[in-house]
Amino acid sequence: MIVLLAVVAGVVSGLVLQPNVPLDLQPYLPIAVVAALDALFGGVRAWLEGIFDDKVFVVSFVGNVLVASLIVYLGDKLGVGGELSTGIVVVLGIRIFSNAAAIRRHLFRA
Amino acid sequence: MTEPGPAVMWRRIGRALLARPGRGQVIAGLLCGVLAFALVAQAQTTSGSSGVTAARTQDLLTILSDLQGRADRLRGQVADLQVTQARLAGGSAGTTAALAEARRRAQTLGILTGTVAARGPGVVLTVADPRGSVRADVLLDAIEELRDAGAEALQLSGVRVVASTSLVDVPGGVKVDGQTVRPPYRLVAIGESRTLSSALGIPGGVLDTVDSQSGAHAVVTTSPSLAVTALRALTTPRYARPAPSQSP
Repeated sequence: MIVLLAVVAGVVSGLVLQPNVPLDLQPYLPIAVVAALDALFGGVRAWLEGIFDDKVFVVSFVGNVLVASLIVYLGDKLGVGGELSTGIVVVLGIRIFSNAAAIRRHLFRA
Repeated sequence: MTEPGPAVMWRRIGRALLARPGRGQVIAGLLCGVLAFALVAQAQTTSGSSGVTAARTQDLLTILSDLQGRADRLRGQVADLQVTQARLAGGSAGTTAALAEARRRAQTLGILTGTVAARGPGVVLTVADPRGSVRADVLLDAIEELRDAGAEALQLSGVRVVASTSLVDVPGGVKVDGQTVRPPYRLVAIGESRTLSSALGIPGGVLDTVDSQSGAHAVVTTSPSLAVTALRALTTPRYARPAPSQSP
């Protein structure tokens, strides 16, 4: 319940405030968002399986975001930022898909 | 551990939606809110910018060098076209000037060679000769006298008189360039009319010579506006060719 309310509040505030993403954060924000989505889907799956843990979720959420941003930062420094970003998006995308598949199996047995 | 069925899962979801939130749920909800906020912000940034602001340094450098190359090419084209335009403009101005000059020279040469009509002040020498005693040499003298006095266009009884004009005696008149004219002769000369008339009237000059012929009489009238309308066909030289002008 509170999760849904928080999501709605976040979307609304994003739309209303029209935040200007700082220039320094611009390469990292998309990757961070994808990493957070991965953590979110992992959390939902764990919760459906009854092994959800608040601490694990928070740590995995923050950790995912930090690691993804760190990799992009390193890639930028090494001159392969674009390629590394693509790689991260592919890996996280695969994880999101597998998590979504697990959730689907739990909810619809299909 | 046996896998719980979908019904159990759905019931779990329903319970969770109704349950009072604990501390862990608050934190998780906060994170989800932050995630949603970031997602919307990023989506709006991406859709708002034209892609340049979100691009990486490398991509920006590539775009920049592309644009610089294109600007250089276009600048080169502009310079080329400006040179062409200047050349065309100068060429057309030069052509116009050359054309005007050529027309002017054509007019001048046309008056000299008798291919165009001429108009201006001058004198008319009328020679009445009822007995036919005025010979071609008297008329030639008159023509020469007028030329010496600066006559620019001459016409003898409807025949244009130019440098190559010939006068031949024939019975009852004079043949001018193969065309027979009979008295009274009418010699029209365009030039400075006072000079021309005084040149004809000097003692022992043309007028005296004509008057000394039996029965002949010459009269000079000046006029501010005379017309020499007789034309002469242009003859192309058969042997003479223009020689390259020697530099002095």
